Amino acid sequence: MPKALEGSQAIARTVALCRPQVVAAYPITPQTHIVENIARLVADGELECEYVSVESEFSAASVALGAAAAGSRAYTASASQGILLMTEVLYNIAGLRIPMVMTCANRAVSAPLSIWNDHQDSMSVRDAGWIQLYCADNQEAIDTTIQAYRIAERTELPVMVCVDGFSLTHTLEPLELPTQEQVDGFLPPFQFQRALDPRQPISMGTLVSPDFYPEARHSHHQALINAAEEVVAADDDWAAVCGRHSGGLLKVEGSEDAEIGILTLGSIMGTLLDAHEQHPDQGKVKLIQLRCFRPFPFEAIKEACRGLQHLVVLERALSPGSGGIVSNEVQAALSSLEQTPRIYSFAVGLGGRDVPLELYQHVLDAIARGGDNGFRVFDADLSKLPPEDR
Amino acid sequence: MEGNDNALAALRKAQPRFQGIVSGHRACLGCGEALATRLVVETCGPDIMIANATGCLEIFTTPWPESAWRVPWIHSLFENTGAVAAGMEAALKAQGRQTKVVAFAGDGGTFDIGFQALSGMLERGHDVLFVCFDNEAYMNTGIQRSSSTPHAAMTTTSPPGRERMGKRHLKKDIISIVASHHIPYAATASVAYPSDLRQKVRRAMSISGPTFLVIHSPCPLGWGHDGAVSIEVARLAVQTGLMPLIDLERGELTGAMPIRTPRPVTDYLKLQKRFAHLFADTPEAHTELEHFQALADHNIEKFGLLGIGSQSQDTEGADTVQRGGMHYA
Repeated sequence: MPKALEGSQAIARTVALCRPQVVAAYPITPQTHIVENIARLVADGELECEYVSVESEFSAASVALGAAAAGSRAYTASASQGILLMTEVLYNIAGLRIPMVMTCANRAVSAPLSIWNDHQDSMSVRDAGWIQLYCADNQEAIDTTIQAYRIAERTELPVMVCVDGFSLTHTLEPLELPTQEQVDGFLPPFQFQRALDPRQPISMGTLVSPDFYPEARHSHHQALINAAEEVVAADDDWAAVCGRHSGGLLKVEGSEDAEIGILTLGSIMGTLLDAHEQHPDQGKVKLIQLRCFRPFPFEAIKEACRGLQHLVVLERALSPGSGGIVSNEVQAALSSLEQTPRIYSFAVGLGGRDVPLELYQHVLDAIARGGDNGFRVFDADLSKLPPEDR
Repeated sequence: MEGNDNALAALRKAQPRFQGIVSGHRACLGCGEALATRLVVETCGPDIMIANATGCLEIFTTPWPESAWRVPWIHSLFENTGAVAAGMEAALKAQGRQTKVVAFAGDGGTFDIGFQALSGMLERGHDVLFVCFDNEAYMNTGIQRSSSTPHAAMTTTSPPGRERMGKRHLKKDIISIVASHHIPYAATASVAYPSDLRQKVRRAMSISGPTFLVIHSPCPLGWGHDGAVSIEVARLAVQTGLMPLIDLERGELTGAMPIRTPRPVTDYLKLQKRFAHLFADTPEAHTELEHFQALADHNIEKFGLLGIGSQSQDTEGADTVQRGGMHYA
């Protein structure tokens, strides 16, 4: 029986169902409702855990790190400036191979200051060594959070669940919350083999010389590559429990023999799907939702894009001076196809710019016009800018 | 007699002795921090977990695949030790375990870059003993000034020259700042007074809640003295009044080691190359020396350090007494 819940409230309740032992919280818009809701669950005795209200995001990540290292299931959530402030810790958590889960309530990064949604925050830490999963809607946010703990604990890698700020976190939707029994059956109690323990003392985070450093990096990279299997397995196994798939590595909607592909991440997918269902030319188009950005699913993308003539990558971040971040990687993935589609690299919805249903048609128009397919901020109104900036 | 001594030595060898940090690490000769660490960990016992900030201690004890630690130990970053320790403590609490969490950091990781995480840990009342090994500069990176460096000291980023007399700012009063969090127990200690140090560690370990120790730990390389005189240098810091050994409970002063006969600050300063420029015959050098003496005098008055003659627990008696009883004094 679905219940109308705000995204953040649903995420908070889901986190509670995963029985975290330590939650570290520092407020930042649009993550606040998540940690507020968890605090309320703790206050009402519905969740038994150590809720640590820290003095910065840097400490939020550090408390979670220490807690997981000492053998407890840990959780934190952040966004935007908070993700950037904790960046050093994020790399450290991943390098130490600490299993934990955090929610990134995706938000733009200052300057200019914006509290609204894009993916610049999580994209800026794509190289930190975390698994990154992007959710298209709040049901996926629920299911992915539960899966994230299993993936993290099986791979000994941290997982970042990326949920679009406001457009998901502050949106009320009818949602299926799983039962405690369902989650308990899927997610066994946390048992960290390398946990700090006086009975078996180990040293974690030692100094590593050039004699061993490249091997450590290789093994971290390999662990992420291998984690792709766990991402798929967690989705399949959870689907067996609740009947819902979240898309594994990526999800494809639309015709098998489409000529045009539109690839995106996060909540834009929902908008595109709605537009797609109403569109007369829908048979020509397939939509690809990249759910797992790290590890990057090269093979799955190749498979999804085989036979396409055009591929539009719509992403909510950019690398200034270079262009699209996801599109660059997609291009690399497709370079070995016999027939590479023409790839269009568009940033949309930056800093919370509304992504309307019409985007679908605009994208098809851009393909029909032909011409330059190089990177651009697709929905930027250049007439607002002085000529030299256009 | 000799036979007895040998028998005693054999007994001592047979006696199992807990060592949390073992020999073979790569600290410099005469390293105050290494000695202080050994004293602290031995006193804490095996049922602890250590969170260690980036710094010399982390570097010289854990060159992979070796480690000098025989207790669970984690190094995360430079500035987050208070928070990592807080997380470990929260985890143990959630698991219903009694193991004590101990945090180690240098003065950089305590006074400067780790200050915010430390303050948060103290404010939230985590059951953690935070130990700062204070060697008064960034020694691991090559002797750069920190906010713990005494004024006028030479470091590589506060060199004396025609326009400067070394560091231009006073050493941060960390113990007062920490005590202002009204934590159950905060104290200063010195490697020159191991029995006092051990007693303070035992005290801190017996308290449930945040406790803090700052241990004055000479760095022969950074301070410019022979490794053989580290203890002498550390002892003179206390005997001059520059490093008062005090206890604070809930922010109130509750103890201070009396100084039997205060020594002039020059006795301490002249052993160290970092203060060599203060012994030039210039008005600026004389002024800085006067400042040092005034600081020591101020401490002696503020903390009531002046002893009342010969006392077993004063700066002359404290260590000797604990070593073998009064008849050795």
